[in-house]
Amino acid sequence: MKPLLQSETFVRIVAPLAVGVVLLAVWEIGCRLDSIPVYLFPKPSDILASLIKNGPSLLRALLITLRITLQAFAAAVVLGTLIAFMFVQSRAIEVSLFPYAVLLQVTPIVAIAPLIIILVKNTQLSLTVCATLVALFPIISNTTLGLRSVDPGLASYFRMNRASRLKTLVRLRIPGALPYFFGGLRISSGLALIGAVVAEFVAGTGGRSSGLAYEILDAGFQLDIPRMFAALFLITVTGVLLFGAMVGLSRLALSNWHESEIGAEA
Amino acid sequence: MNAPLPSDPLDAQTTRRAGDRPPAVEVLSAEKVFANGTRALAPIDLTIAEGEFLTLIGPSGCGKSTLLKLIANLIQPSDGRILWWRGDFGQVGQDGRGFAFVFQEPTLMPWARVDTNVRLPLDLADVPRGKADPRVSDAIARVGLSAFARHFPRQLSGGMKMRVSIARALATDPNLLLMDEPFGALDEFTRNKLDDDLVKLWWERKLTTVFVTHSIYEAVFLSTRIVVLAANPGRIFRTMTIDEPQPRSQDFRDSARFAAYCRELSTWLAEASLPSASGAAP
Repeated sequence: MKPLLQSETFVRIVAPLAVGVVLLAVWEIGCRLDSIPVYLFPKPSDILASLIKNGPSLLRALLITLRITLQAFAAAVVLGTLIAFMFVQSRAIEVSLFPYAVLLQVTPIVAIAPLIIILVKNTQLSLTVCATLVALFPIISNTTLGLRSVDPGLASYFRMNRASRLKTLVRLRIPGALPYFFGGLRISSGLALIGAVVAEFVAGTGGRSSGLAYEILDAGFQLDIPRMFAALFLITVTGVLLFGAMVGLSRLALSNWHESEIGAEA
Repeated sequence: MNAPLPSDPLDAQTTRRAGDRPPAVEVLSAEKVFANGTRALAPIDLTIAEGEFLTLIGPSGCGKSTLLKLIANLIQPSDGRILWWRGDFGQVGQDGRGFAFVFQEPTLMPWARVDTNVRLPLDLADVPRGKADPRVSDAIARVGLSAFARHFPRQLSGGMKMRVSIARALATDPNLLLMDEPFGALDEFTRNKLDDDLVKLWWERKLTTVFVTHSIYEAVFLSTRIVVLAANPGRIFRTMTIDEPQPRSQDFRDSARFAAYCRELSTWLAEASLPSASGAAP
C-alpha cells in the first residue's frame, strides 16, 4: 500500500477523484434527507438520468458547441500568431496596434455579441467570431512576449554569424517563443469555450437556437433543472478535456528542454 | 590614417617578439569612447601574429572585453582601425580567414541537441548537411563529447556545456579564435582540464587565439604572450612573453618557472590596478 500512495501519479489521480466521490455522495444524501424538490436542486442521480434520457439532443448540442469552440480556437491561434509576428517586426507597429488588442480584450463579449449576431447572418459564423474575439488576446500577448524574449547571448551569436532575418526567426525566435506560445494555448482553449457558450446564450435569448448554452436556457424555461445541470456538466467536461489536451501538447513539444515541463514525463 | 605606423615603438617591439610570422590582426591606434562619454580604451596598438596565443588580462574596467569585441568586429572603434590579415573585415570568413568567438556563457540553444548546436554556424553559412556532419562529429570528438552528441544542453554539466560551445567554434575550422573569459564560471579543477585541452587544440590546429581572463594562472599556462591592461582609460600597461615548450601540460604548472611567471604577472597586475597607474600612458 505504501509504495502506491507514494507514487506521485497515483496520488494526483486518486486524491481529486476521492474528493469528487465524497462531494457527490454528500450532495445525493443531503438532497434525499431533506427531500429537496428536483425543480429546485436535482440530485446527482437525477442529473445522470436526464443525461441518459436526453442523450441524443444533448450530444447534438455538444457537437455544435464543440465545433464553434474548435473553429474559434483555431482561428484565434492562426490570427493571434500572425498578429504577434507582425508586432515583432517593428516597435512602431506594436506600439500603434497593441492598445487595440487590449481594447478587444477588455470589452465584455456579452456587450458586443448582440451586435455581431445581428451583423453576421449565419448563426454559426457569428458565434465563432464572438468566441474568436475572446480567445485571441492570450495568443497575441504570449506569442509576442515569447518572440521578443530572445536570449541576448544567442542573439549576438546569430548576428555575428550574419544570420538572415528569416533564419534568426526560424532557428532562434520561434523555438524560443514556444513555451510562451503553449502557455497562451492553454488559456486560449478555455476562453474559446467560454466565448462560444456566452455567445450561444446571447443568441439563444435572441431566439436563435444552437449548442449547449441554448439547452441550458431552454431547460430553464421548461423548469427541467436536471437537463440544465446535465448540459452544464458537459460544458465543464469539454473545458477540462481541452485544457488537458493543451497540457499534453505542450508536454510533448517541450519536455526535452524547457524547465516548465522537465520531469513531467517521469 | 591609412599609412601603417612603423614608428610606433610598441608595435615594433611586439612584431619582433612574435617572430616573422605574418600578422593575423593589427589594432592600429584604435580607441573606444562609448555614447555616454566613457573612454573605455585609449588609442591602442597591438599586432597579433598568426599562431600566437595572446591573453588580455587586467583589472575590472580596463577594457579587455572591449578590445576583444573590437577585434571580433562586434563593436566599431571610435577612432583608429583594425586590420584582419592585412585587410578589412569584409574578407574575413574566406578560406583560411575564418574566425570564431566563444562567449563567457555557453550560449547554447536549449531546445537543440548537442550536435545541432555545434552545427549551427555551418547551418547559418548554408553548408550542406553532407559536408557539415563530418565536421560536426569531428569537432564534438575533439572536445571529448562524442558520447553526448544526442544529449540536450540541460543534461550536461557547466564544463560540458562550455566544451559544446568550443566545439561549435571549432566546427567552422577557424583560423582565429576569440574567447571572452570562457571558463570564468567554472570550478578550478574543470577549468584546468579545459585549459589543458585548449592548449592541445591550439597547438594541433595552429590556431591564432585571443583570450580574455581574470586568472593569472590560466593566463600564464595558456599564453605565448600576455598583455596586461590598465584602466581609466583602458590601455596597454605591459607585455609579458612566455617562451616555454609546447604543448604545455601539468608539468609546466608544477614547475618553478611557472610560479615565477605568476609572481611577476601578479606584481604587474597590482601595479596596473594602482590609482597612480591611471592617467597618462607611459
